[in-house]
Amino acid sequence: MHIVVCLKYVLDPEITPRYFQINPETNRPDHSDSDMVLDSFAENALELAIQLRDKTPGASVTALCLGDEDSEEVLRRALAFTANAAVRVWEEDWEELDGLPVGHILAQAIKTLGGAKLVLTGYQASDIEEGLVGPVMAEELGVPCVTRVSDLELVGDQIKASSEAEGGYTVVSVPSPAVLTIISAETNVPRLPKVKDIRLARSKKITLFERDDLHLDSERCQPGAKLVKAYISNREVNCEVLPGNDGAELAGELADRLVALKIL
Amino acid sequence: MSNILVFTHQQGESLTPGGREAVVFSSRLASSTGGEVRAVLLGSKSEQSAKEAIACGANIAYTVDKLLLAEYDVELYVNCLCHVFEQTDADTMIVSFDRMGKDLVGRLAARLNASAITEVVDFKTDCEKLTWIRPIYGDKAFGEYQTTRSKVVVGLRQKSQNVTKFTEHHGGEIIPLEYAATEEEMVIKLVVKIQAALSDVRLEDARIIVSGGRGLGGPEGFSELQTLASLLGGTVGASRAACDAGWVPANLQVGQTGAVVAPDLYIAVGISGASQHLAGITNAKTVVAINTDPESPIFKRANIGVVADCRTVIPALTEKLRKVLL
Repeated sequence: MHIVVCLKYVLDPEITPRYFQINPETNRPDHSDSDMVLDSFAENALELAIQLRDKTPGASVTALCLGDEDSEEVLRRALAFTANAAVRVWEEDWEELDGLPVGHILAQAIKTLGGAKLVLTGYQASDIEEGLVGPVMAEELGVPCVTRVSDLELVGDQIKASSEAEGGYTVVSVPSPAVLTIISAETNVPRLPKVKDIRLARSKKITLFERDDLHLDSERCQPGAKLVKAYISNREVNCEVLPGNDGAELAGELADRLVALKIL
Repeated sequence: MSNILVFTHQQGESLTPGGREAVVFSSRLASSTGGEVRAVLLGSKSEQSAKEAIACGANIAYTVDKLLLAEYDVELYVNCLCHVFEQTDADTMIVSFDRMGKDLVGRLAARLNASAITEVVDFKTDCEKLTWIRPIYGDKAFGEYQTTRSKVVVGLRQKSQNVTKFTEHHGGEIIPLEYAATEEEMVIKLVVKIQAALSDVRLEDARIIVSGGRGLGGPEGFSELQTLASLLGGTVGASRAACDAGWVPANLQVGQTGAVVAPDLYIAVGISGASQHLAGITNAKTVVAINTDPESPIFKRANIGVVADCRTVIPALTEKLRKVLL
């Protein structure tokens, strides 16, 4: 069973707000003072992929990332998680892609890899937060898609997936191959890779696919939307910190304030 | 610009809050760009919801009456909505980016070879160009986007529109459409559906939310929050950290990847304020933060701050409010 997990290298979403700056020339954040990390939902997806691989005899995991050379860092992390293979897909002119072309290119990369029984990806990346890539890949591959999955298991040819739903959650059964987009849960908290695996990951091969390696539709490789302007939203409010020495005193102050504001 | 097709999902015999927002937004868009708003309702007993869509601003409400469509199924809905879009003279489809919209928008856009923009909160028109506005980078910034394809599918962020201010619109017709739905289209089978525990009120609809995070120290802290929330007529929420720790079910998660909320009062207890959490409470009116660390990002968003151990504040607050309110 071949499992492909799609990863993304993103600006650390917990960057201190005062260091978050948008470059007005590029409309992109200034990365010079900030860390780049593996997107957290993608990391949850990676953890689930490895767990499933370890429970399924003969299964393998390929980590796939569309990104420049720097993004190999997330593929090294996947290899340290003991992913079996790592593939990076890139062309210099792919800087400004949105979810539609990314979904197309990743789907074509998966086809080039010989297909997959299961494709996992984060529900959305913490930078642009479109939530499009999983569903678009499913359309491109002609397979079903279940979004916001927290846990999964294989039952014969079916995948049983727990998925967040309106007012609770559902367990659904979906035929393989399928695309699942993953959210965080107690069942998929990413592991800490072993030092030995981190060391081994440094020397493992990362395969590079370029445009000519994939059967791409040039129209579908074009972005569907272009970012024409980006600016920082100023949502900070003046917080009134209540005076008081202990919990009881502060609680009294707070109750009085809420009643005075006529919120209650 | 030509017409707008808006997917207005119904719950029982009325529109979902997201569906209502989507019609009001579409109506505002049509006022700026021209064209008509055409709502589409799938399922059965749609007449009341169709009238509601017209009251919110739709010129036409298409109903596809089919028992199979009464329960949401992603494959079936994608097939049916694409069929309706192609039947109608529209170049824009608006869908609430709620739980269902998150399944649908990417699929619809890829199938229709349309552009897709999600989490849209507003638009503007300059020099004939339509620009879509949405938050990016965990709501730390806004992005303005223009589309490149002749058709576009738009996912409208929940709670981004003020539906109480819509002008009641009169005149519109209800047109039934046919779609030959079959069971073979439903490839994803429901095994079990688990309803939310702890809370009777949907987080998205709650007027008051008391939310807990890692600072509570464990799952037992949530029963204190439940007592306070019940006293205030509100409901309990949680941060991603508390849900990930397994202290409460994932459906209580407030944040960009959980429930996007807009209560009158949001009390964040032991929550530091990760960016995705703050993005989910953007539209809360008054935010109270109770946390030991005055440097926590939650205090940048809060209107009222209490710097103390929440485990000492919450029981005292409940006791004091019980005396005042009861």
